[in-house]
Amino acid sequence: MESIQPNKVQDKINQLANKTVYVHLETTNGAYASHFDENAYNVGAFIRNAEVSYQHGKIVSTGGSYRVGLKLDLGWVYAEGLSDYEIDEKGRLLMAGHDREGRLMVALEISETPFSHGADPDE
Amino acid sequence: MSKGHVVVIFPHPDDESFGASGTISKFRDEGVPVTYLCGTLGEMGRNMGSPVFANRETLSTFRRQELKEAARQLDIEVEFLGYRDKTLEFEPRDKVASHLKKRLEELEATVVITHYPGYAVHPDHDALGAAAVEAVKLMEEASRPDVWMHAISNGHADVLGEPDIVYDIRPYWEKKLAAIQAHLSQADGMMSLIENHDQAAEQLERLKTERFYRWHF
Ligand SMILES: [Zn+2]
Repeated sequence: MESIQPNKVQDKINQLANKTVYVHLETTNGAYASHFDENAYNVGAFIRNAEVSYQHGKIVSTGGSYRVGLKLDLGWVYAEGLSDYEIDEKGRLLMAGHDREGRLMVALEISETPFSHGADPDE
Repeated sequence: MSKGHVVVIFPHPDDESFGASGTISKFRDEGVPVTYLCGTLGEMGRNMGSPVFANRETLSTFRRQELKEAARQLDIEVEFLGYRDKTLEFEPRDKVASHLKKRLEELEATVVITHYPGYAVHPDHDALGAAAVEAVKLMEEASRPDVWMHAISNGHADVLGEPDIVYDIRPYWEKKLAAIQAHLSQADGMMSLIENHDQAAEQLERLKTERFYRWHF
């Protein structure tokens, strides 16, 4: 992954609009948060392979990181804290935000084909 | 005479290295075969390498390779059970248990090392530990392996008392470090978590002793 280039991400978001796409959306502070700090809370959520189609989407800079919103017929997909991106060899738009130690805090990924599910097949 | 077969059952690539690699090395030193049944690929892990080199979609490939390297360091066999990270507690326990029972019988396990259900912090640890205990319960009494459980949660000794098995694994410290460091995407994150944490020295010292509770059927 590299630092988000908003123009490139916006182009890809536009390209994927009004198509059936699969979304991976995730946020986490890790399963060990309250183990290492008793005042911390474990918080996380993910949805993998939500099948959606969005009318339009936008990436917005917050100075340092980015928010992305996708407008659906019946709702929204939203992520905050995205800083890195990659368009991988399968043409998928992968975006993520990491903390100072490089740990993932948030991810939003959009693909025209489903993401791997179950365990990944043995290579 | 057969020296038995130690079967390690944890959900994530790296659980074996942090939790039991000293004990594993001791068994290998004595010529006892060790097989690691690894529940998932750790594909939902938060650590992506430091500096970051993996992403959510490539992490599983890295972690599979890392575990193969750790297994080479420890001279053990690895099998992936094919579950998905973070989801083990939502799988039917009896299904996972019968899956494990089948492998334990085929491998003729004499010792099973797993997490102590309810005292292992990560939901996958608790769920797979519980399924492993269940699997052994389902076996004929005569062929049941010993079950050794690794507890992690803060203050577990207040409830569970002293562990039944305590190994000073300093003779195998180099091996343990090499196994931990094979998990490139994870080791830095986990080690810095430990080092930056209030009781850093205590945490590091804790890695030099491996403790297990025996399940009493
Ligand atoms: Zn684990």
